[in-house]
Amino acid sequence: MSPPVLALSNLSAISDRDRAPILRNVSLEVARGETCGLVGESGAGKSTIAKAILGILPRTIRVTGGEVKFEGADLLKIEIGPLRRLIGECIALIPQDPMTALNPARRIEAQLTDGPRLWRGLDATAARALALRLLDEVHIRDPDRVLRSFPHELSGGMRQRVLIAAAFALEPRLIVADEPTTALDVTVQKQILRLIRNMQSAHGTSVVFVTHDLGVVAQICDHVTLLFAGRVIEAGSASRLLDRPAHPYTRALLEACPRYDRPDAGLRPIPESVIADLYAELGQSGATP
Amino acid sequence: MSDDLLIARDVEVAFGAGTSLFGLAKSRVKVLHRVTIRIGRGETVGIVGESGSGKTTLGRALLRLIDVASGTIQFDGVDITRLPEAAMRPIRRRMQLIFQDPMASLNPRHTIRRIVLEPMRFHRVAASEADAEERARKIFARFNLPSACLERYPHELSGGQRQRVGIARVALLAPDFVLADEIVSGLDVSTQAQVLNLLKELSRGLGLSMAFISHDLSVIRAVCDRVYVLRSGRIVEEGFCDHVFAAPRDGYTRALLDAIPLPRIDPDWLGRTSGVEAVGEKYTK
Amino acid sequence: MDDARGGWPMSEVAPHWISESLRACIRDPKVAAGGGFILFLLILALGAPDFAPKDPLEQDLILGVTPPPGFAGAEPGYLLGTDDLGRDVLSRLIWGSRVALTVAFVAATLAAALGATLGLLAGWYRGWVDATISRLVEIWMAFPPVLLSILLVAVVGPGVGSVIGAIAIIDWTRFCRVIRAETMGQAKTDYVTAARAIGFSPMRILVREILPNVMPVLIALISLEMGIAVIVEAILSFVGLSVSSDVPTWGGMIAQGRQILHQGWWVLAAPLVALFLTVLAFNLLGEGLRRSLDPVMRR
Repeated sequence: MSPPVLALSNLSAISDRDRAPILRNVSLEVARGETCGLVGESGAGKSTIAKAILGILPRTIRVTGGEVKFEGADLLKIEIGPLRRLIGECIALIPQDPMTALNPARRIEAQLTDGPRLWRGLDATAARALALRLLDEVHIRDPDRVLRSFPHELSGGMRQRVLIAAAFALEPRLIVADEPTTALDVTVQKQILRLIRNMQSAHGTSVVFVTHDLGVVAQICDHVTLLFAGRVIEAGSASRLLDRPAHPYTRALLEACPRYDRPDAGLRPIPESVIADLYAELGQSGATP
Repeated sequence: MSDDLLIARDVEVAFGAGTSLFGLAKSRVKVLHRVTIRIGRGETVGIVGESGSGKTTLGRALLRLIDVASGTIQFDGVDITRLPEAAMRPIRRRMQLIFQDPMASLNPRHTIRRIVLEPMRFHRVAASEADAEERARKIFARFNLPSACLERYPHELSGGQRQRVGIARVALLAPDFVLADEIVSGLDVSTQAQVLNLLKELSRGLGLSMAFISHDLSVIRAVCDRVYVLRSGRIVEEGFCDHVFAAPRDGYTRALLDAIPLPRIDPDWLGRTSGVEAVGEKYTK
Repeated sequence: MDDARGGWPMSEVAPHWISESLRACIRDPKVAAGGGFILFLLILALGAPDFAPKDPLEQDLILGVTPPPGFAGAEPGYLLGTDDLGRDVLSRLIWGSRVALTVAFVAATLAAALGATLGLLAGWYRGWVDATISRLVEIWMAFPPVLLSILLVAVVGPGVGSVIGAIAIIDWTRFCRVIRAETMGQAKTDYVTAARAIGFSPMRILVREILPNVMPVLIALISLEMGIAVIVEAILSFVGLSVSSDVPTWGGMIAQGRQILHQGWWVLAAPLVALFLTVLAFNLLGEGLRRSLDPVMRR
């Protein structure tokens, strides 16, 4: 079996302001070509993990232990210069909000070819050819016109397609998708999920998919890691976790989701005892921040 | 007199587009096209649609918060379409609004006490100041909100608490009709379940009529009796939830249902496409 | 968890936003420095009869153009020297601050009241109200302000009242534009919609819902405007259009100092430094207040 593309082991982090733990001994692995879902409610730490992988943790968060290994190299130990190159070339981000992720003052062409120009040294013609090929690959019908457009001239779904094209521009080995469909309408969400799935299998890319939506997890992830208050509660294959959840919190979370196919199920608030138990567990492991 | 509390007939709303040299609107763009909906007493009605469908505009028009270009709106047998604001005032207490973003709907400069008590004072709902306070404390206890919240400012509360304060403020006015506009879309599923259950209990307890605006058909299914599906300012389907969800007649409704990812493994889901879906995404804005 | 972020000790009561803002303000170094200086100046101005070492109008031609201590020919008791008529520069400076501060406070408040009221109305009612007010602002701002003020004072006649009136009539547009834009933003918020849904009247919504939220910007603008007012007053006294010449003003002192620059530089330097520091203090105060009064920016 080939080694994992990404391996987090015992990653811990605290808030610099009040020393409150943000991540507690988080370990997870992402195999080649696999989609790994990072799931949790707000404050669970899923975005912090995504930022740690991308090397863009804010100054207010301090890593206190553990490793973030990308293809065997610990990203936390690499100098900032080489790190920027490694992440720039090998790891890409699909951001949450397609409205703010593109600079409103620059044309799509310039923004789409930033990476290839910086790291591959492509000239304008080669960069344009690459951009056209990428837009074609994300099923944009009139790539010439889109390249000349400014972001505000495109719809939300269109912008997210552009951002996906940009993420694949350098043939990265890992993509971090940070709630990439949360801001979109459901019909558009489905198309974008399908696109990410197709692009990923065509390129053999591994994906870390951050989301709060267990429905999205069921449709796109191979593997799931469920977090609560910075701690891994349950991890496993998506089918196992959704069909046979082992942890009471996972079960409770699934039962809280409203489902149009089962109007009588769902909407069950998470029992207070489950939350109390979780905090009790945290208290024990909380001794080692 | 009919059994319906709120009836909107052939409602059209237009917004100004572009301004002249003197800052006045030149042309107008229609965002609602002859929309007719009715909401029965004690009934919870869902209005579902994607962004740009006009669902929020429709909600604001029902409450007379924006003016309609044509059509009529009747509340409890009274035509309120062109009622002057002063005449609207007593009716305002009876038709209330709960918002999508609880942070944005609570004035950041006011304490929760003021936010909750002032509307009661204004509409003379309570017999006295002490009575108003007593009512607020009672409902806070029922909503699982610590009464110390009263002395706080909105930004000091959690998202779920703020949403419960927003609902408490409305419930204290004892309205007949409540419009809930995307009230759970920003919340975690656990909080969402709490808030929706609270609302269900409330509408049952007070015999409220409710219009529930959402983009999420699963949420609509969980709380509504009937549903209207809105697309580009037109109603494309309406009916009882049991019927619409079991056998949607309109292609767009089917596409909406099909686009919802359910938390169960369904290997074919991503591959399934419907005809409407391709049209669903506009090429440019 | 739901309540983890909003957690607080239950016994503690949240301070009112005004007292909380006040505390945040005092902690802000810009507010402390700017506000401290203005406060110092205010005390000096109010107590001018007690603090000024000499009578600012008392002439002593024998002691004309005496330099400050430390320079050749200095006289004891004249900390900033004397002017060509032998009047004590320090005392004139202290008395001059009275005019400067009066104009600053009254003119800025009047301009703010006028501009903010029109701005609130324009931002709330939109339509023809906004169109009328906005066109008025645009036409108003096309006039060169200093020329306009000189013209106004020349027509009405000199005096502190005319100077204040001129500043208020010219500078209300600054407030109007900003408050109009802020009000439009506020009018779109859900809490204003909530207030309308409750049935509150427009006046009540403007005063009780919107005004508190535009207050931080308004206060910061007023502070900046006070600095501008001090300068305009100095310009008008420089050209002799402010108060009568027997009342000491900084602008008047600058005009006088300019003529005897080569004999006594301090006569010019003292009011210039005072003017500079005062305007700087008002600007610091305004900038600091803008930051510390905003609960969103503060967090």
